[in-house]
Amino acid sequence: MITSEGGAGQSAGSAGSQARRAVRDRDLTRRDRLARLGFLVAALVPSGMLLFLAAEIIREAIPAFTFSGWGFFTGQIFSFGQLYAPTLTHHNGVVAPHGAAYGALPFMVGTLACSVIALAIAVPVSVGAVLALTERVPYRFQSGMSVFLEVLAGIPSVAYGLWGVLFFGPFMAAHVYPVLASVLGFIPLFRAPVGFGEGLLTASLVLAVMIVPIIAATTRELIRTVPILAKEGALALGMTPYETVKVVTLPYVRRGILAASLLGWARALGETMAVLMISGNLLDRLPVNIYGSFSTLAASIVDLLDSALTDATGMAVHALAALGCVLLIITIATNLGGRLIIRRASGGVPLPIGRGI
Amino acid sequence: MIRHLRDLGFWTLCLIALALVIFPSVSIVISLVQQAWPVLGWHLFTAGTPDDGLQNAILGTLVLCGGILVVTAPVGIAGGIYLAEFSHLRQGSWIRLGYETLAGIPSIVVGFVGYVVLDIELHWGFSLLAGILALSAIVLPYVVKTTEVALLQVPSTLRDGAIALGLSRLTTLRRAVLPPAIPAIISGLVVAVAIGVGETAPLLYTIGFSDQNPSLQPFQHSMGYLTYVVFYWISLPSKTDHELGGAAGLILIGMLLVLIALGRLVSRWTSRYSASMLS
Repeated sequence: MITSEGGAGQSAGSAGSQARRAVRDRDLTRRDRLARLGFLVAALVPSGMLLFLAAEIIREAIPAFTFSGWGFFTGQIFSFGQLYAPTLTHHNGVVAPHGAAYGALPFMVGTLACSVIALAIAVPVSVGAVLALTERVPYRFQSGMSVFLEVLAGIPSVAYGLWGVLFFGPFMAAHVYPVLASVLGFIPLFRAPVGFGEGLLTASLVLAVMIVPIIAATTRELIRTVPILAKEGALALGMTPYETVKVVTLPYVRRGILAASLLGWARALGETMAVLMISGNLLDRLPVNIYGSFSTLAASIVDLLDSALTDATGMAVHALAALGCVLLIITIATNLGGRLIIRRASGGVPLPIGRGI
Repeated sequence: MIRHLRDLGFWTLCLIALALVIFPSVSIVISLVQQAWPVLGWHLFTAGTPDDGLQNAILGTLVLCGGILVVTAPVGIAGGIYLAEFSHLRQGSWIRLGYETLAGIPSIVVGFVGYVVLDIELHWGFSLLAGILALSAIVLPYVVKTTEVALLQVPSTLRDGAIALGLSRLTTLRRAVLPPAIPAIISGLVVAVAIGVGETAPLLYTIGFSDQNPSLQPFQHSMGYLTYVVFYWISLPSKTDHELGGAAGLILIGMLLVLIALGRLVSRWTSRYSASMLS
């Protein structure tokens, strides 16, 4: 026999929250308990995978961290050394090919710069678009419009990359960047040469498009939780819709939007293929200006793994694992931060995960 | 007056933002069609990549779809069932945090670990199974989540009714709760497959690439797939290769749109179905 323990979600709320009730052990038959055990094991698989991935990449990365020490975070040269040279370098008790140096600073700067620019563009655009969608677009068009978000979330990152390389990058380099360079030329970073469209700014803009779905989908869920009475009250006081948004809606979802930005940021930090195709792959220097070639942690792993495999000492693969390890720690931290904030802010609204599903 | 101008200005900006969101998805499709136009034709489906077709890559992508379904559907659905039907509040929120975090980690990390552990340490070589497992790590969270949401949307009157009749928890699940949730679970699987189809980074080094049609050997055989063609062919020198890359991208987006439409249809069917269950 089964009874439901009261507690969460018994009062008003969706059917969903009512289903979340604790099951008492003695209410279950033996077959129920067996089945529950099976379901529990399955439910723990994702967490297990996560721990396994983290443990493996840390284990792989340790030799590279010991070899380079703090130089890994401050060095500007990332080179596998002379892979066919007869002599080897010994450093901190680890062996690497002659001349090897694993400095990840350009990758880290590239990753941060490109994801922050993308975020700075994507957040206002997503919030504005969602506000237009939820408050202004007639109701019957809304589901049609949110298809676009779904399509954006589902488009493969190589397709974004292709679009950036073939169409968007060349277009911006020919028509927009020269204007930008002449208007903002007094800032050194924006000064010409503008290049051919493969570089930091193009990659950031494409990334911005890619993270719009996760930020917009999260914001949409949050805006749905804003109490309708408060909105109507504001309108009844004679406020314009803009003032209602400013006074009621935005303050209500402010922390949620911060969390949504963190989720979008985590995705931008880890994006690989599109950035790889558009970045121009500059490996051992910082980009000259905002239009210049660069590389990121994720993109350089794909780009360099082929040649890393030819290193007989195996250090090159360890060095790439170290890049992956740094990346993994940063993305998990931003992701967890976002999730924890959102959990407090929205009280258990089911929110989009990953790409914004 | 100024207040109304400000109102107008704000909403204009918001509509511009909405246009900025819609424009790229349209632009991507248009530019891919333009790029692929010269090579579009039936030979894409009948010839392999050495003869400027895509047959091996299309078949490979379909094999991957099947593979991730076989791996993630049982595990993901069972996990979702646990979260929706059996978990305690706090325990559930920890498990949820686990899959949410897994969904957020960079796909290249999955590919890298898959390569090091499966291909090298277990001596699988470039192998189909390694690719499917790596891809499953990306896709699994979506299956768990959509199953959980689907079950939680089943009206709890169904649950309570079955319980009141004295059915065991498992029978309640099988007879009352699962049937109305199945369409939504299937539409979640469809979305998960759509995401898996578009991934590249977890596959590059686990599964390699092959010009041949898929051999279905689990170990030591590489296999072709569409996203690789998009990524690599664009870096080849000839114009035909670029166009073939565009065609591969177009077919991918076509698959994606078909899958999304399918998911929509199924979920529309769901809402009608569960409405009829209620009345």
